[in-house]
Order: sequence, then C-alpha cells, then structure tokens
Amino acid sequence: MIEWLSMGGYAYYVWMSYGMLAIAIAIEVFALVARRRRALEQVEQYDEETGFTEEAT
Amino acid sequence: MNAGAAILWGLRRDLALAMRSRAEIAIVLVFFLLVTSLFPLGLDPDPVLLSKIAPGIAWVAALLASLLGLPRLFAGDHADGSLEQIALAAAPLPALVAGKVLAHWVATSLPLVLLAPLVGIQFGLEPVSTGILVATLLLGTPVLAWLGAIGAALTLGARGGAALLALLVLPLAVPVLVFGAGAVESSRAGLGAQAHLSLLAAGAILSTVFGPFVTALAVRISFE
Amino acid sequence: MAGSGFFRFSSPASFFPLAGRLVPVFGWLAVLLTVVGLYIGFLVAPTDFQQGESYRIIFIHVPAAWMAMFTYLVIAGWSAASLVWNTRLSAMMAQALVPTGAMFAFISLWSGAFWGRPTWGTYWVWDARLTSTLILLFLYIGLMALRSAIEDPRRADRACAVLALVGSVNVPIIYFSVQWWNTLHQGASVSLTAAPTMAATMLAGMLVMSVAAWAYTISAALHRVRSIILEREAHARWTREVAR
Repeated sequence: MIEWLSMGGYAYYVWMSYGMLAIAIAIEVFALVARRRRALEQVEQYDEETGFTEEAT
Repeated sequence: MNAGAAILWGLRRDLALAMRSRAEIAIVLVFFLLVTSLFPLGLDPDPVLLSKIAPGIAWVAALLASLLGLPRLFAGDHADGSLEQIALAAAPLPALVAGKVLAHWVATSLPLVLLAPLVGIQFGLEPVSTGILVATLLLGTPVLAWLGAIGAALTLGARGGAALLALLVLPLAVPVLVFGAGAVESSRAGLGAQAHLSLLAAGAILSTVFGPFVTALAVRISFE
Repeated sequence: MAGSGFFRFSSPASFFPLAGRLVPVFGWLAVLLTVVGLYIGFLVAPTDFQQGESYRIIFIHVPAAWMAMFTYLVIAGWSAASLVWNTRLSAMMAQALVPTGAMFAFISLWSGAFWGRPTWGTYWVWDARLTSTLILLFLYIGLMALRSAIEDPRRADRACAVLALVGSVNVPIIYFSVQWWNTLHQGASVSLTAAPTMAATMLAGMLVMSVAAWAYTISAALHRVRSIILEREAHARWTREVAR
C-alpha cells in the first residue's frame, strides 16, 4: 500500500495533480451549493419585498 | 444613404475628430516607443540578443499600443449620445462602423507602422528584417483594429474599462502576434516570409469583411 | 404555454424540473465512471518503461484538456442558438458551462506542469497544446469577466454570446498558429504530446476518465443553470413553489 502510494518515487507529482483535481471539484461543488442557497434566498426575498409578477426578463 | 456613402461619412467624420485630438494619438505613439525602450533596460542590451528579440517586442508593443487607442473608437460617441443616433440612422450600421474603424486605423495604426523603423534602429535590426516587420504590421494592424472594435463595442458601458478590454482582445490577437513576429524569424532562417505575410493578409481581408457586421451587432447589443 | 415535443423544455420554467432530475443521474454516472477509470488507470494499466509511475497523470491531464476544449465548443453552440432564436435558456446554458470549462482548463495546465517537471525537468514548457490551453483559459476568464461587468442579464447574455462565438472561431486559428510557432522553435522546447506509446489499457483509462469528465460537466452545468434560472426568474410565481 505504502509502495503504491509512493508511486515509484513520483508521489509528489502524481498526488499534487490528483490532489488539485480533488480540491477543484470540492470547491466547485461547494460553490454550486452556495449559489443555489443564495438563489433560493433571492426568491424568498423578492416575494417579501414587492410581491411577484409574471413578466420574465 | 447607401453603404459606400456611409463608409465615407464615418471615415470623414472620425478623421476630422481625430485631427482634433492629435495629442491623444501622439501619446499612443510615444507609448509604443516607450514600451520598446523598456525592454533593453530590463535585459542585457547585447546587440545580438536585441536584434533577435526585436520583432517580438515590436509586435507586443504594437498590441499594447493599439489597446490604448481603442476606447477612443466608441466611447466619445457613446458618452454624448451620438452613437445611439448613428445606430438608429437609416444608413447601414456595418458600413458606418467600417468608416469609423478605417479612420481609427489611419489615425492610430498607420503612424505606428511608419514608426516601426525606429524600433529597428533601437534594436539594431537589419534592413530586410525591418522591411518585413513593417509589412507584417501593415497587414496585422487591421486585424487588431477589428478585434479591438468588437471588444470595444462589447464593453461599452461595462465596468472594468481598459483592463477588461485588454483581457478580451489580447488572447484573440495571439495568432497575429505569432505570424507577425514569426515572419521576420522565418525570413532570417532562410525560409522566406511569404507564408506568414499571406496568412496575415488573409486575416486582414477576413477581418475587414466580417468585422463590420460583428461590430455592428455588438454595438446594437450595447443599446439594449 | 410552451410548444410540444422537444421545445416544450425551452422555457426556463419547464426546463427547471427536468434539469433537477438529470443532475443526480449524470452526477452518479460521473462518480461511477471515475471509479472505473481510476481503477484502470492505477491498477490495470502497466508502469511506463520511460516515465515510471509519473505518466499516470495523463489520466486526468488529457481528459481535462479535451473537456476544456469541447466545453468551449458547446458554449459556442448554445451562444449561437441564443442569438439566432433569442432564447434565454440557451444563453443560461452557455453561462452555466463556463466555470466548469475554466476549471478543466486550469486542471489541464496544473497537471501538465506536474507531469512536465519529472519528465522534462521544468514545470512549464511552451508546447503547442499547453500554450493553446493557457490561451483557452484566458478566453474563459474573459467570458466570466464580461458577464460580471455588464449589469443587465439579457445584455450580458448577448455580449457573452458574441464573445464566445468570436472566440470559438479563433480557437482553431490560435491552435494552428501556436503549432506553427512551436515547430519553428523545435529545438528550444520539448513537447508533452510526445506521450508514452499507448498501451490499450492506458488509452482505455483515458477514455473512461474523459466520459467521466463529460458526465460531471453536464451534472455541474445543469445544477448551475437551475440556480441561474432561480436568480433570473425570482420575480415569477412558479419559483415560490421551489423555495418551499
């Protein structure tokens, strides 16, 4: 297992690459969830402030 | 007004406006020479090195200088409302835009092309290479003008100003840079510059044919 | 009320629930394919004779590069549709794809750097594909910058659509010019495209990971477009039902 993790001595390069991918995806997923939450809040807010209408942008 | 008349109208009007802001244009040209002067200061001014890197530097400086001049193209008219009038006019907008961009090129890029031999002297460029450099700038600056016009129209009234415009235009200008600077290198390597010059010429023609329509679309979008 | 058949999904309101059902489908597909791809990549594909274990980076480097390019073309397609048919949803789809495409462009560059270092000695080489991908990343950033610089969403839609189309016409030209530039300077740089000769298992791993990346992109973009729809349609009645 340790042998496999060390990637024949190239551990640093391989895991920096895969690690960054994991981080990037984690950030993206987090951002997606956060954006959805903000969007839902916007929908709530709009309703409270001014009521709603049917016209689209 | 038909297309030809519209082009002439735009050309004459913008040239007249350019004549009134000669100082502004002169600054862009001085900027061009200033940028090229910075490189030897930042590097080892070894004549062999300078001569080798001259085409690339001249081209990068030309790119940056052309960006500086771009806001002039639409910003003035946009600010005082005349651009909207132009967009609403009966004359075809692509033709009017073509006149403006042509005037812009004559006023800002053509002088720059004529200044290029000075850069040749600064960097000890041999005459043949200087000639090729001038030719590439002559053929390449129209492409830059059209890319810049599209960028300037898209960013009208947008936040971010000159930096945003640079961000949008520079990546698209990479092929022009590659072929423009590459022409000199290719000629030095004994392979001749015809291929590069032909590609630049093709770029100039295509951008002049399609540029007016894309720019006109971008101008209309900015009024929505 | 929207039309029948395929076009009944062309309004944001009717597309919203469909997208919602598809997000987990493509999401789990991506997870499954990634597991299979990584299994092939790490446990089935043999060690490369020249590059040792470091070559295994290609199982993310190449799929990321492909996705970055492919996504840009898809964005251009949605942009063209939005201009031709003046549809909001097409523009929203284009907008939703940009961040994910940019992410893959970045990953392609990052992984390329960490593959290049042990293989060629430097973190960065100016080879044709890496350089083109760098410019592609700038194009993505430009799209995001233009979007955030324009207040009105519809105007931003149309401006970004024009920019995406102009960019997509340029992408092949940029690639071609960078190729040319790269061959002219052959001696000065080495190419990352001179990859290890592909064992079938290596190729299989790359392909599976590419499909995984494609499924992930679809899932992420559909999730994002749902948020975009809510943001832009916050004033419309149907969104209240969703917020509950």
